[in-house]
Amino acid sequence: MATETHGAELATAEAGMPQLDFATFPNQIFWLLVTLVVIYFVLSKIALPRISTVLAERSGTIMNDISAAEELKLKAKEAEAAYNAALAEAKSEAQRISNETRAAIQADLDTALAKADAQIAAKAAESEKAINEIRDGAMDSVKAVAKDTAKEIVAALGSTADARTITAAVTARMKG
Amino acid sequence: MATEAHGSESSLAFHPMDQFKPVSLFGDGTIHWYTVTNVTLWMAITVLAIVLLLVVGSRGRAMVPSKGQSIAELMYGFVYKMVEDVAGKDAIRYFPYIMTLFSFIVFANILGLLPLSFTTTSHIAVTGVLALLVFTFVTVLGFVKNGSKFLALFWISSAPLAVRPLLAVIELISYFVRPVSHSIRLAGNMMAGHAVIKVFAGFAAIAAISPVSILAITAMYGLEILVAFIQAYVFTILTCVYLKDALHPAH
Repeated sequence: MATETHGAELATAEAGMPQLDFATFPNQIFWLLVTLVVIYFVLSKIALPRISTVLAERSGTIMNDISAAEELKLKAKEAEAAYNAALAEAKSEAQRISNETRAAIQADLDTALAKADAQIAAKAAESEKAINEIRDGAMDSVKAVAKDTAKEIVAALGSTADARTITAAVTARMKG
Repeated sequence: MATEAHGSESSLAFHPMDQFKPVSLFGDGTIHWYTVTNVTLWMAITVLAIVLLLVVGSRGRAMVPSKGQSIAELMYGFVYKMVEDVAGKDAIRYFPYIMTLFSFIVFANILGLLPLSFTTTSHIAVTGVLALLVFTFVTVLGFVKNGSKFLALFWISSAPLAVRPLLAVIELISYFVRPVSHSIRLAGNMMAGHAVIKVFAGFAAIAAISPVSILAITAMYGLEILVAFIQAYVFTILTCVYLKDALHPAH
């Protein structure tokens, strides 16, 4: 290595690797052991218990949160099912009510129609009767007017005829 | 490494290994075992960084974490899962030890990437002690937990009887090589990358190639960040594997 050409002041220390300078070994080993003991006590008394507690607490919290979430999810599912059932029930109820209402309306309508038909029929029959009466009345009037007119015409022609003959003649004419 | 350049051309000065030299921060420069050195300083900074992230970062104990707390939790979860997956459920008891190892190595590696810093994990003295701690712990644990059954680790019952002694020798050798490879892997990776960056930085003294040098440093730096994480991960996961062998020695 770089021994020979170095200055005299480096001669001893540069005689190879400093790692193999056994004179410094006790010093290094002593301080290493001190360091290790200090680190061990710091870790085992303070750091490691603290960190393990924190980690355990966190995993516990996460577990709890997950189970709570699971529970809530289940509840939400139940609520959804209940909602769906209620919805279906309401729908069928609405269907039923509307059907009933429709049937009731139909029945009312039918009876009203039948009643109206009956009334119309009654009214029509009444009118028929009235018309017939009027027609009969008119026929009688026509007969009377014809008799009178025939009597007057016969008188104007200068002859007389009794009522019975005229009536017979008018009736015979009207039949024809 | 940089011998020739040193003698002939004064503008090119390569001292890639100087950064690894432990130096005394106070006093006359002699290093006793108790001397406060840059090793002490950077290990203290490592401890500080760990406290900052894992203690101060998690102080809110928030249900929804802050940025610092997220990183602390991420690191915790990363190592915890590694121990659980690799070493098994019954190895969770040793999680604090493994977390200590991982946090020390990962922070020392990353802090070592700061300019002018000292990389404690680039020293075989440090990684060797870490690896030997793991090796000793795992071996003792294996015998305490399983008694003599721990030796089944070396006696591969699924192999034909004739080759078992041979395999036992190989297994035994590989078992004792573990701490060596375990420590040299980490220290070597740390040292090599830092030394290469230093060499590239040395080339930056020549104006003509300084842009290339800076590009190379940038690229190496990116790679080193990756290596810092990966080596901490590798060290930890190997520890978990050894731990598993200790707890369940049967193949």
